[in-house]
Amino acid sequence: MKKIVIVDDEPSILMSLEYTFRKNKFDVFIARDGQEALELLEYVEPDLILLDIMMPKVDGYQILKFIRNHPVLKDVRVVFVSAKNKEQDVSKGLEAGADAYVAKPFSLKKLVEQVNELLIS
Amino acid sequence: MGSIAIIVLLVLYLGLLFIVARWAEKFRNGKLLTGPYVYALSIAVYCSAWTYYGSIGVAATSGLDYLTVYVGPLIAFPFWYLIIRKIIRISRINKISSIADLLALRYGNSRSVGAWVSLLIILAVIPYLALQLKAISETFHVVTNTNETSSFLVDSASYVILIIAVFSAFYGSRFFDASEKRPGMIAAVALESILKLLFLLLAGIFVVYFVFDGSTDLYNKASELEGFAEKNRIDGAEGAVNWFSLSLLSFLSFFLLPRQFHVSVVENRKEKHLKTAAWLVPLYLFLINLFVFPIAWGGNVLFEGEQVNADVYALLIPQYMDNQVITLLVFLGGLSATVSMTIVASVSLSVMLTNNLILPFGLSKRIHRPDFHPTALIVRFRQIGIFLLLMLAFVFYRSFAMDYSMVSVGMIAFVLIAQLAPAFFGGLYWKTANRKGVLWGMLTGVLIVLVLLVLPAVLKAFKGYGLLEIDMDEFGAAGILDTIGMGILDPIPAALWWSLLFNTFVFVVVSILAKTDYRQRNYAEMFVDIDHYVDSHINAFVWRGTAYISDVEKILVRFLGEERTQRALRIFRQRNQIAPEEDLADARFIKFAENLLAGRIGTSSARILIQGVTKEEKISLNEVLRILEESKRQIEQNKELVKAGEELRKLSEHLQSANEALLTKDKEKDEFLNIVTHELRTPITAIRSASEILRDDDELPEEFKNRFLENIIVESDRLNGLISEILDLERFDSGKNALSFEQQNLNEILNSVLATLNHLFVSKNIRLIRNGLEVNTLVWLDPTRIHQVFTNLVGNALKYAEGEPAIIEISVTLKDGVQEVEVSNNGPNIPEEELDLIFDKFYQSADSRLKKTQGSGLGLAICRRIILAHHGKIWAENKKEGVAVCFSIPLDSREKPEDSL
Repeated sequence: MKKIVIVDDEPSILMSLEYTFRKNKFDVFIARDGQEALELLEYVEPDLILLDIMMPKVDGYQILKFIRNHPVLKDVRVVFVSAKNKEQDVSKGLEAGADAYVAKPFSLKKLVEQVNELLIS
Repeated sequence: MGSIAIIVLLVLYLGLLFIVARWAEKFRNGKLLTGPYVYALSIAVYCSAWTYYGSIGVAATSGLDYLTVYVGPLIAFPFWYLIIRKIIRISRINKISSIADLLALRYGNSRSVGAWVSLLIILAVIPYLALQLKAISETFHVVTNTNETSSFLVDSASYVILIIAVFSAFYGSRFFDASEKRPGMIAAVALESILKLLFLLLAGIFVVYFVFDGSTDLYNKASELEGFAEKNRIDGAEGAVNWFSLSLLSFLSFFLLPRQFHVSVVENRKEKHLKTAAWLVPLYLFLINLFVFPIAWGGNVLFEGEQVNADVYALLIPQYMDNQVITLLVFLGGLSATVSMTIVASVSLSVMLTNNLILPFGLSKRIHRPDFHPTALIVRFRQIGIFLLLMLAFVFYRSFAMDYSMVSVGMIAFVLIAQLAPAFFGGLYWKTANRKGVLWGMLTGVLIVLVLLVLPAVLKAFKGYGLLEIDMDEFGAAGILDTIGMGILDPIPAALWWSLLFNTFVFVVVSILAKTDYRQRNYAEMFVDIDHYVDSHINAFVWRGTAYISDVEKILVRFLGEERTQRALRIFRQRNQIAPEEDLADARFIKFAENLLAGRIGTSSARILIQGVTKEEKISLNEVLRILEESKRQIEQNKELVKAGEELRKLSEHLQSANEALLTKDKEKDEFLNIVTHELRTPITAIRSASEILRDDDELPEEFKNRFLENIIVESDRLNGLISEILDLERFDSGKNALSFEQQNLNEILNSVLATLNHLFVSKNIRLIRNGLEVNTLVWLDPTRIHQVFTNLVGNALKYAEGEPAIIEISVTLKDGVQEVEVSNNGPNIPEEELDLIFDKFYQSADSRLKKTQGSGLGLAICRRIILAHHGKIWAENKKEGVAVCFSIPLDSREKPEDSL
């Protein structure tokens, strides 16, 4: 079973994502903000992280940087999920080292497909 | 004290003055010397020995008349300020160095006006100078306890006068350029003004508090004297008219006396110094008169029944009390008054003598000769002139004025000088005034004064010497005076009124009837409308003819020297953009050259010199007026252009800042839209994903189904709330949100808000504390908006209140006409640096505990806008436990209060 960490500060979005990925046979860990995500990553080594960008205190970019600089986690797949979906936001996210950038609002079906693809390649 | 000791003291004193003057020359640009106080003090040169001794004599013998000499100038001061400012402007531009020069220039650069004015002034001032010398001589005898001897050769007072004359002659002529400033002389005069005031005050204090037992004691004793009451009131209409006349006379002399003209106009450095003089000089006059009355009546009490000269009470009293120091100091004060007056008067007289009499007439032929180098000669003339004038005054005093009291001779001199008044004031304010009017008017006035006042005085003096046996009464002047005085006026006021009346009448009538010439018309325009021309006077001078710069240059070199001439020419060419090879002179150059020369040799002589090398065409009067009109219009246009340029610059500045503001606004708007779209997408994302699950997942357990449906509803509400808040905010920011004011009581609004939120208090088990329920002031406000603010603040408090029990405290207070509300909870603190930021749009705290549980992030931003629209303030502060959000609004917030912001 693939391990996935989902980070988002919106409880209702988090709820949908959690339900959907469990349904699709993922081992799901959730974090309600950046700080919680960093704490979670201390003891969970996921295959993929769904990462919101705009969060208070510790934002998605800081977490991505932490992961890419982490000796063990550095190759984990990271997917940004953000409501900022202008072209420059997307390219900025990819340049920072994300494997994919998914704009909110998203289709859950497509998101699951995209995650699966990333995990195969 | 011995004569020798006094003479030594005198020499020492003059030496001190000389050192002060030298020091002032050396540091001529020092702050103190060029400042307003030295200037104002030098104007106090008005207070001569006359003040020092004469006033006391008058106060002792004839009562309040002495005050007129000071009431006049005091009344004059507001006018003085305006008129002198005008003259200063005219004189600066035209390099005018004396009152004779001023009048000569105004009446067409007229040699004759300059000469007659100078003659009149010299005629009038010599007896006046004689008075000063008399004062010195008399006081010298008092101090040394000697008597005046009939032969002036053995009278040691003569030598005192000789010393002063030499000093003045040497000192007064040190500068060739008559319009140049003399900081040394002015510093010495200012110092003397301080000394004479100080010493007279000292004498006054001595008399009142040491000789007598304070002013009450003095008054009581004096009031027992015979005639005290009669002398110290102005008797009925007659007395009032005489009093007023004498005040008018002093008023006029404050403008017309040559020494006043010199210190207040020629020596003025900055126009704004007049402002200091405008209060300091009246104050000075007040102070110096403070003890005149007590000294006079103190003397009357002490020397009752004795034959003593009341003029010198200030010396006699300390001497009588055997106080050598005060006697000497008073003597030195009187000496200061005399010396300063003598120096300034003789300097200005000698300048008039050379520039308006000797040069234009005596030297008018020689002056054109190229080998004639007049500089040294002019200085020599001035030195001799000053010395001769003082000697003449000395002769006058020894032969005529001996048995005349100081005041009457001085008054006759004043009445003579007053004959300049119509020409003077008319010249400044009436364009039609012209030369013929001035000359005829002055002649009339002077003749009247000569017949009515001077002749009787001379006859009386002659009679006193047994030279002529014609009595004043036989001559009939007294009878005439009595008749024209209509039994009301004393001789001096009668002569003043009649002479001035005829003088003015002739001046006005002849001015209107006589044909004027274009030069006079030109200067009339420049003088009367000086404010128009002050920046461009050189263009206001009308002149047409043929002249060569090189010819004029030769003259300038003779009077100014090669170096100064070349420097002046360079500046002139630069300023007027004239090529160095251009040799044909225009009106501007002629005026420029005349000005350069005028400072040295006076306006009339300057004109004569320039005329010698130029060929001037006559211009018709109409043409002068047309040219003047043209130049006036040009000046106006220039002014308007400058003004328009200024406005344009302001406008473009304004535009630029508006543009910058717009750019920032644009940037803010972009930022705002970014955040708004993000905030809108968040609930949409939640709704969309929940809906997708509900649609696709057939096996969704009931529990999850309900949760997702609930999410959809909550997020839809959130979306809706967000949209209305964004619209709300935008309406405030674009100023479309007008408030509708009503008078309401804040507690009532609060009650209704709390009623709707009551269920939340119950469900969250939060305790509510309310303070200030008794406050029921009616406040002008928009109730819907304030309701919104309360809902928001209480809503936030509900979100963050925590603990057992969770508490919300709401206080309403009224202080200083301002209604203040505080809503506090006992939840977590807000980091200090974020306290101000929470009112920003979409502000999110970095502290996750404060993370909004729900809400748009716009609530407080809207609250702030509502409160600002009520001209109030909103702020947040941390409590020991929790956070308080407070706002205050004025009781009437419809109008913006004056002191806010």
